[in-house]
Amino acid sequence: MKRHLGPTFLLALVLCLAGSARAQLTIDIIGGGATTLPIAIVPFAGEANYPYPLTQIVGADLARSGLFRLIDPAGVNPRPARAEDVRFADWSGRGADAVVVGSVTPQSDGRVEVRFFLLDAVKQTQLAAVSYVVTPSQFRATAHQIADIIYEKLTGDAGVFSTRIAYITKQGTRYELLVAEADGYNPQTIVTSNEPLLSPTWSPDGTRIAYVSLESKKPIIYVQSLATGQRQVLANFRGSNSAPAWAPDSNRLAVTLSREGGSQIYLINADGSGVQRLMSSGAIDTEANFAPDGKSILFTSDRGGSPQIYRLTLATGAVERMTIEGSYNASPRHLPDGKGFVFLRRDGGNFNIAIEDFATRQVQVLTQGTLDESPSVAPNGKLILYASESGGHGILAAVSSDGRVKQRLTAAAIDVREPAWGPLRK
Amino acid sequence: MKPMNPGSSMPMLWATALLAALLAGCASPPPEKSATEDQTVVATTPGTGTGAATAGATGSGVTGNAGMQGNPLHDPRSVLSKRSVYFDFDSVVVKDEYKPMIEAHGKYLQTTRTAKLTIQGNCDERGSREYNIALGQRRADTVKRMMQLYGATDAQIETVSLGKEKPKNQGHDEAAWAENRRDDLVYAGE
Repeated sequence: MKRHLGPTFLLALVLCLAGSARAQLTIDIIGGGATTLPIAIVPFAGEANYPYPLTQIVGADLARSGLFRLIDPAGVNPRPARAEDVRFADWSGRGADAVVVGSVTPQSDGRVEVRFFLLDAVKQTQLAAVSYVVTPSQFRATAHQIADIIYEKLTGDAGVFSTRIAYITKQGTRYELLVAEADGYNPQTIVTSNEPLLSPTWSPDGTRIAYVSLESKKPIIYVQSLATGQRQVLANFRGSNSAPAWAPDSNRLAVTLSREGGSQIYLINADGSGVQRLMSSGAIDTEANFAPDGKSILFTSDRGGSPQIYRLTLATGAVERMTIEGSYNASPRHLPDGKGFVFLRRDGGNFNIAIEDFATRQVQVLTQGTLDESPSVAPNGKLILYASESGGHGILAAVSSDGRVKQRLTAAAIDVREPAWGPLRK
Repeated sequence: MKPMNPGSSMPMLWATALLAALLAGCASPPPEKSATEDQTVVATTPGTGTGAATAGATGSGVTGNAGMQGNPLHDPRSVLSKRSVYFDFDSVVVKDEYKPMIEAHGKYLQTTRTAKLTIQGNCDERGSREYNIALGQRRADTVKRMMQLYGATDAQIETVSLGKEKPKNQGHDEAAWAENRRDDLVYAGE
């Protein structure tokens, strides 16, 4: 393909880029945590010489989490760039509990050294000091890494600012599967189709995305490499092929096939070989989701008369019903710590995202929309991305696992749906 | 580091209140029927309560006409030109009004062994996308089983589901939903 870069290809590329720009998500925070940590991020010395404002990206990441409040560093002169330059009285007087300072220094080989220090302004101690040597094109990635370190040091949880998300857009009859940075920037279209796309899901190693396409007038599951863009059919059996779910080792998936009649769950190798039926029921079994340890799966079944969530222990074949209340519980997704799951629940006339704890079986409804669906949990377990509806359009939204922080992710005049949060970057 | 300070987040509160007001203003009225298509309904066999099952052997005048002039599949006077089966809310039960049509297609497949049919199941827009794929599959399977009783073979019919992904009516009310709870019959080559 690369050997034949003709005008058609260039035109296609331009159209593709134009399309991507329109699909950019804008994230609005619409509710914060119970407590917010006041943090001052001092613009890094030398960063104004580069087109990407590093500290603005860091600050936006932290503010978007709903857990931080940015303290304006204006008026502190000279601006500190190293830990030893920080006068803690300047910051405690402004109400900042934490301070970030740093510098951006060109190197002789054209690369840039980015150094930063995270300081506890209350205890007057240094919490982190990290230096990166990067090309200017890596500034956004570097900013996200800095935000991840700050988030982890101050909250105790892994930061997810360096992760990616996948989602599907619909514009007229044009469907696209896109991958973007977690803050919505740099959306890249990886699949375009004139027929619906659904159920994208990341391999846990972050190299591939499995999804369902109706391009052949029936649901067929594909696996696509993010590095090469190459895709292969995972399951195209007689009937419907859907609901792909990766095993933690990224080598196998659970899928729903109707090839033997009814919708039933099978295991399949990531290359499409080795199909093996997991269970045999006369009911609908679908929407498998592996536990983080790979030893069990959650799935949706109507074997009890209404859609409910069940857990299959793979070693024993034992099946246990996990949702008791309500007449519609579906789309289970494990929390990454294995202690619970989020799911789609109907309450009254509304569909909302809820969370259940395995130990206590306590359920908390997290969202208040009318047609919420397709929950996807951030790899740190703190935020749940889901599809919602606003003004007749599909939008994405996010809610913290305690229900306090809320975000809306919208793309003007485009339906956005089917979010899938990628794994932590290794 | 001390624990996080209680948030002095007046702007946040304002934003929340504003958004709540906006959402309240935009929210569409709750659908009249709040339940979803979710219940397991045991598939019925053709002719339940109508005696149609026994009529299978006698035919109904539309069988065996593949050799006639024109294609009966596309003759608007033929019941074979009818291609959609609509379902009630929350149901995979085939209503009586569709039974003659399903019988005709079953017999057509019996007499035209080269014919191949795809039955596409569809659902309304409420609920999980993947669960709706499974529900649509069950609707398609139900009609296939009826056609097999009239002589169609398993190999002639593939049942697939489009879930809620291909609504015929883009609306968000019961009238639209009723149009979208549907099986479509598509013959190979069409």
